[in-house]
Amino acid sequence: MAELNRREFIIFATGAAAAAVIATPTVALAEANDSAEQIKKFTGGAKVSDGGIELSMPEIAENGNTVPLSVSIDSPMTDDNHVKSVMVLAEGNPNSGVITFNFTPASGKAEASTRMRLAKTQNVTAVARMSDGSFRQTSALVKVTIGGCGG
Amino acid sequence: MAKSRPRVKVPKKAAKGDIVTIKTLISHKMESGQRKDKKGNVIPRRIINKFDCTLNGKPVFSCDIEPAISANPYVEFSAKVEEAGDFVFTWTDDDGSKYTKKSSIKVS
Amino acid sequence: MFATITMTRRLAVSALIGLGVAFAASAGSAEETRKSIAAPDGHPLDEIISGYEFRSAATKAVQDDDFQNPAFLWVEKGEENWEEVDGTAGKSCASCHGDASETMAKAGAQYPKWDAKDQNPINLEQRINKCRTKAMGAEAWAWESDELLSMTSFVRHQSRGEPVAVKIDGKMKPVFDYGKKLYYQRNGQLDMSCANCHEDNYGTRIRSDMLSQGQSNGFPTYRLKWQKVGSLHRRFKGCMKQVRATPYKVGSNEFVALELYVNYRGSGLPVETPAVRQ
Repeated sequence: MAELNRREFIIFATGAAAAAVIATPTVALAEANDSAEQIKKFTGGAKVSDGGIELSMPEIAENGNTVPLSVSIDSPMTDDNHVKSVMVLAEGNPNSGVITFNFTPASGKAEASTRMRLAKTQNVTAVARMSDGSFRQTSALVKVTIGGCGG
Repeated sequence: MAKSRPRVKVPKKAAKGDIVTIKTLISHKMESGQRKDKKGNVIPRRIINKFDCTLNGKPVFSCDIEPAISANPYVEFSAKVEEAGDFVFTWTDDDGSKYTKKSSIKVS
Repeated sequence: MFATITMTRRLAVSALIGLGVAFAASAGSAEETRKSIAAPDGHPLDEIISGYEFRSAATKAVQDDDFQNPAFLWVEKGEENWEEVDGTAGKSCASCHGDASETMAKAGAQYPKWDAKDQNPINLEQRINKCRTKAMGAEAWAWESDELLSMTSFVRHQSRGEPVAVKIDGKMKPVFDYGKKLYYQRNGQLDMSCANCHEDNYGTRIRSDMLSQGQSNGFPTYRLKWQKVGSLHRRFKGCMKQVRATPYKVGSNEFVALELYVNYRGSGLPVETPAVRQ
């Protein structure tokens, strides 16, 4: 049987006490990184309208290491009317940047999927730059759970 | 996985003007630069930072990738196929290496 | 002093499980019907359920798509190594075993087995290394190396869909009995056995993690937590560390016996290698 050293015992006992006291898990959404500045840089300060872009993510992520995300914008993707890029930001990660998808009319559809890392429950935002110089955005709240026995 | 292995799933043929779905995956640890080793030293960042796809040399789709993308990065996107030819997929590593994969498509 | 620790520990664990139940209720957990198979006579469970059934829709989706499932990067590597000549005998796996899809079709569903030549039980990893060292004159691969994980994944993948069916009588009976004893043995500072979670509490949550029956039919598995493929013995070690016990070693008699017993607990489940779990 493994010997408990004093430090391990204190950490364990504190954790056990804390677990017994907590009634509901707390969700801290207040902490922000530089995502607001990144959006400003991307848009050059231009007006960003809400909607017209879909960001699909699960409501609850079983493990923060691998969370699926999809973006989709209904666009004819012609030379005069297409989506140029979609920047995805995570507002609660150590760094806000996630991925920027760069489309061309040859993409056919303004749709892309990937898998991302989420450090904790937070909002993920997608901002699209259109060929006419306009911008649009949407956000999704993803809950990231702590695993049962150690993640 | 010591050496990065890319894989792609592209249809072998399409009708002219069809929009096909392309799936890509590459083995890579995507070391974020956030982790520390047992001694407390930061493990340096090393990720795939860019992916791009061309068809007959013309850009179709690309992405700029950050450490928040999961290990063994998966990217799925679309391509409009107007002519037969070669898709070339390129992944760029922080250390300068490039991994490429080619896939041909026939057009009816 | 240790008696007091046991009390605090048990309280803490109950609090953790209680917290999990509260979370599940508030989160409105979807209790969908899980696919199960009937357990054989004398089996400790009434119904046998694969770990797949306990995971979120997003996790299942990754396993369902052979392209998206990152574990196939390892399966592919194994497939390449199968053909590669290695060692002083100038052979590859293919030299003796030909087409893996034929010769390995049931192997993954039947190990661990009794090795009559060496008179001991042997699991798949050990069998691969035995082939390498004895038949090929090559070096054994480290247990958790990408090489061995790839080969084990590739070989067991050939049995995908095949029902798990391990022999637990005859020479394997003492191994089975030992494995069963280990399964129900309480370990570590948290003083918990495998059964406490995987038999008494499957389908409930510990904190926010959904407990499965702890089946092995999907190993080697891509775990989202590990962000790579890992072996069953690695998972056993993880569980033991989580109850604050000193884990047995990979490839130990304990883990091989436990593997046999855990495989038996999953009798009839289809092999899912390479599975995706959290």
